[in-house]
Amino acid sequence: MTATTKSLRRWGAVHKWTSLICTLFMLLLCITGLPLIFHDEIDDLLHSQVKPAEAAAGTPPANLDHLLANALARAPGKVPHFLIWDRDEPGAMWVSVGPTIDADPTNNLLIRMDTHTGAYLDSPDVTGRFTYIMLKLHTDMFAGLPGKLFLGLMGILFCVAIISGIVVYAPSMRKLRFGAYRAQRTRVVRWLDVHNLAGILLVAWTLVVGFTGVINTWADLVLKMWQFGQLAEMTAQYKDRQVSSKLTSLNGAVEVARHAVPGMTPSFVAFPGTLFSSKSHYAVFLHGDTPLTSRLLKPALIDAETGDLTDSRDMPWYVSTLYVSQPLHFGDYGGMPLKIVWALLDILTIFILATGVYLWMRRRKAGVSVERAIASAASIDNPALTS
Amino acid sequence: MVAHRSLTQIFAAPLVIAIVSTVGLISALVGDGWWDAVSWVALGLPVLLYLLFIWRRRPN
Repeated sequence: MTATTKSLRRWGAVHKWTSLICTLFMLLLCITGLPLIFHDEIDDLLHSQVKPAEAAAGTPPANLDHLLANALARAPGKVPHFLIWDRDEPGAMWVSVGPTIDADPTNNLLIRMDTHTGAYLDSPDVTGRFTYIMLKLHTDMFAGLPGKLFLGLMGILFCVAIISGIVVYAPSMRKLRFGAYRAQRTRVVRWLDVHNLAGILLVAWTLVVGFTGVINTWADLVLKMWQFGQLAEMTAQYKDRQVSSKLTSLNGAVEVARHAVPGMTPSFVAFPGTLFSSKSHYAVFLHGDTPLTSRLLKPALIDAETGDLTDSRDMPWYVSTLYVSQPLHFGDYGGMPLKIVWALLDILTIFILATGVYLWMRRRKAGVSVERAIASAASIDNPALTS
Repeated sequence: MVAHRSLTQIFAAPLVIAIVSTVGLISALVGDGWWDAVSWVALGLPVLLYLLFIWRRRPN
């Protein structure tokens, strides 16, 4: 056995085992990911929501303190965590409230408000929705952070499977033209061709979507890193303060942030004491207006007692990496046609996974084996590989 | 069936497709309008090629 054959066998083993371990979870991710590409459209279709009042172009937004008071009147005893501008629907904003300021924000109640009148619209319970269930299955399988990190590990195995797949693609194709599909042959040969063809065509997309998915599983950790790193640095002189009992005007804080970071638009405000801020600041996060810069957030920290700007810095590289990796995973950055292409690529990935499992099952049966199917098309000692 | 193919022959087309896909993945991030259209075409290419190769030699 030549060194090349040995090395190819090793790559073959890597491809087999990494694929086998992650396939079931990758199937779950591909299947739940498919409706998630269209989550906005599905939600619109399945759930009706109160429309914001028609506002003529140039209508000034409502005073945010007034809007916040209206929202809190609907949620007695709750405290605000976040104020969020709706990216897709400029006429609406969200106020996220929890039982206490340090409660887990993933269980928060979301109150939808009219941006221009400041009036209450509705507060839908999203947790029963089809898209919510798909999202939970897709991100952590209802198992919290451990579930998330586990799926991230499966994603790493998926990436290794793709790379080893590229290596074992070569001996498979030594006697075949690119794109060969041997339609007249037995199923095992045909499905090997489908596996090879779809696998190699989708290499760049599956690697990017796979790896950005892995990065997304680290979001909670990245946030913690930022909190103990840059955020702690920016608010060092406030570190022994308690959560302020009387807060300055929210509307004023957002105005100060707008002036401090010209050319950027507010995306959300984190209230003092939440994960995204210190105990003494409103953290106003602003975004740019190109497809790329709209993903990059810049916080402006406003002292919640005086209403003055404390500091504003660009987020560190690890947070920016996370934000840029999100659209590349979701496919939501190029309109409906890109979403459709994303869905088709996702379906082809399901083909790759399914044919892969089939090929492995056939490999264990005597008689028609994948090795034979490959061997019939390739010889072991290829000068191109040994040279 | 064709004669033994070299690694360059085997990986030439996949490499081009991977580069085109990468351009497609990035272009919609950079801008809107035409930039989006580039990404639709570039990322649609692998899907199109798949259908083309499978349908061209479909079993009867």
